[in-house]
Amino acid sequence: MTLLIIFAIYVVLEVLNRTGIINSYLMQIVMFAGINIIMTVSLNIINGFTGQFSIGQAGFMSVGAYASAVITRVLFNTYGWPIYMQIPIFLVSLVVGGIAAAFIGFLIGIPTLKVKGDYLAIVTLGFGEIVRAVIRLIQPIGGARGLSAIPQYTNLFWIFVFVVLAVYVARNFVNSTFGRACISIRENEIAAETMGIDTTKFKILSFTFASFLSGVAGGLYAHLLTYIQPDMFSFVKSTDYLVFLYAGGMSSISGSIVSALVLTALPEFLRFLASWRMVLYGLLLIVLMLKMPNGLFGGKEFKFLQVRNTKRTVEAAEK
Amino acid sequence: MVTFFQLLIHGIQLGSVYALIALGYTMVYGIIRLINFAHGDFLMLGAFVGYFAITYLHLGFVPVMLISMVVVGIIGVLVERIAYKPLRNKPRLSALITAIGVSIFIQNFLRAIPAIGPAPRPFPRLLPLVNYNVFGVTISSIQIIMILLACALMFMLHILTTRTTIGRRMRAVANDKDAAAMMGINIDNTISITFFIGAALAAAGGILYATTYPMIEVYMGSVLGLKAFTAAVLGGIGLMPGAMLGGLILGIAEVFATSINADLGYGISFIILIVILLVKPAGLLGKYSVEKV
Repeated sequence: MTLLIIFAIYVVLEVLNRTGIINSYLMQIVMFAGINIIMTVSLNIINGFTGQFSIGQAGFMSVGAYASAVITRVLFNTYGWPIYMQIPIFLVSLVVGGIAAAFIGFLIGIPTLKVKGDYLAIVTLGFGEIVRAVIRLIQPIGGARGLSAIPQYTNLFWIFVFVVLAVYVARNFVNSTFGRACISIRENEIAAETMGIDTTKFKILSFTFASFLSGVAGGLYAHLLTYIQPDMFSFVKSTDYLVFLYAGGMSSISGSIVSALVLTALPEFLRFLASWRMVLYGLLLIVLMLKMPNGLFGGKEFKFLQVRNTKRTVEAAEK
Repeated sequence: MVTFFQLLIHGIQLGSVYALIALGYTMVYGIIRLINFAHGDFLMLGAFVGYFAITYLHLGFVPVMLISMVVVGIIGVLVERIAYKPLRNKPRLSALITAIGVSIFIQNFLRAIPAIGPAPRPFPRLLPLVNYNVFGVTISSIQIIMILLACALMFMLHILTTRTTIGRRMRAVANDKDAAAMMGINIDNTISITFFIGAALAAAGGILYATTYPMIEVYMGSVLGLKAFTAAVLGGIGLMPGAMLGGLILGIAEVFATSINADLGYGISFIILIVILLVKPAGLLGKYSVEKV
């Protein structure tokens, strides 16, 4: 049933796109929103479900973006290849991007997840900035100039596929033994440890998994924009995702989806305000959090994303 | 050797600015446990208030500094009352998002009003520039004044927090809000005073920074705020001596690393931070407490 609805949404969007009712600018926004959904969901796994305060997600995104772009653009230079070869290489590059990000996440996770709370926050933020500085120094991938002429393989179809996959996998992850272990760490780390949960292991696991998703999202991003530059993935971008996550509500995948969609589209629809649009965006954000401190969804889920037998509240997440 | 001392002086100069901003950061964090993302923007506001006070009121350095500190201090209090206070007993991270909202709002508001706009503008020089030569190392009068001024402000802050009633109240609230309230301390006022001082310090830091690097624009606060936050965490967040130490270390390290490579200069603060946190998870001066059941 759910699949049917998802398929229907895709068909409608695609038809609107093909017939030109939605112009390419709107389409671009939809696709960015899709990428942002994946990013927000991935951040939700760390912050929302595992209760670790990580705020440097754009760093993993850049690792994924660069790794996948290097494969399609530099390693294989897929321009001019027959189309049936381009797509598999593109998909492989996305996966490699994800794995690269996951690997970095794993390496970073081992030492850093020992520090807690706000200290972890600044470490992850610092990590993202270090990645940016390092990429700027590597000349073969463009350094500070960035990497251009990346083939544009990302389209509505692939965005859709990966969003659905990411949400599906994230939901099942949260529902699995691993996810429950992560949630128990969030609820009370000491109690979880007492119950025999290897907290460090599960923290690293969820960190690695979230990094993988971010890496894939980065790959999609690179092949949508066709040009990437290290400064695109600065801490400003990381804060964007943090805003998406908390505005939607922690520990709610539905919230992440809706707020990523709305908050991606909002600044675009406010464009008629010219330079006042970001002023309004900032104000709306303040008002939203004042009126709904637990985010739009406040830990609740859509029916199709609901988790059986577990009641999660954001208040508990904040403990 | 001469180069070394030359760089060291630049480092101390930058470090003292970082330390000032980090102090405000750490005070606010210490009292309401909020990472105030808008703190860097208080700094930017300070620089702009200073700019307008110089351009339109033609004031000297000291009055400009005072006006800017008072104006930004009041803005800081308002921001706390409007955006942070209603969320004080709500999930802690909601206030973080309003802080980001405040930051977006302040930056873009200034950017949108025609009197300021997005273009960077030069900051007029207020202090006389005389270069002294000490054993081959050039020290400018601005550097000396800046370092002394930063030290003076920090010393005053130290006296304020350790020797006065206000300071005692601030420490009490930071330690335990409920217990402090039961002892008859007005929590709201104490938090407001803390915000005033924190924002005023940021404004002072902003003017000092603009005196050193005389170009101001509406986004200048983001990166500086991030650096100051790093400095505060490095020294142990919530601890004032830690913020000063962290600021100095980062300032000096950054100047030395930048002399090798600009990107390294940017990244070095975070590398130092991560390395130190791995060894001392609560920062240089912080005590790591094991959670007990």
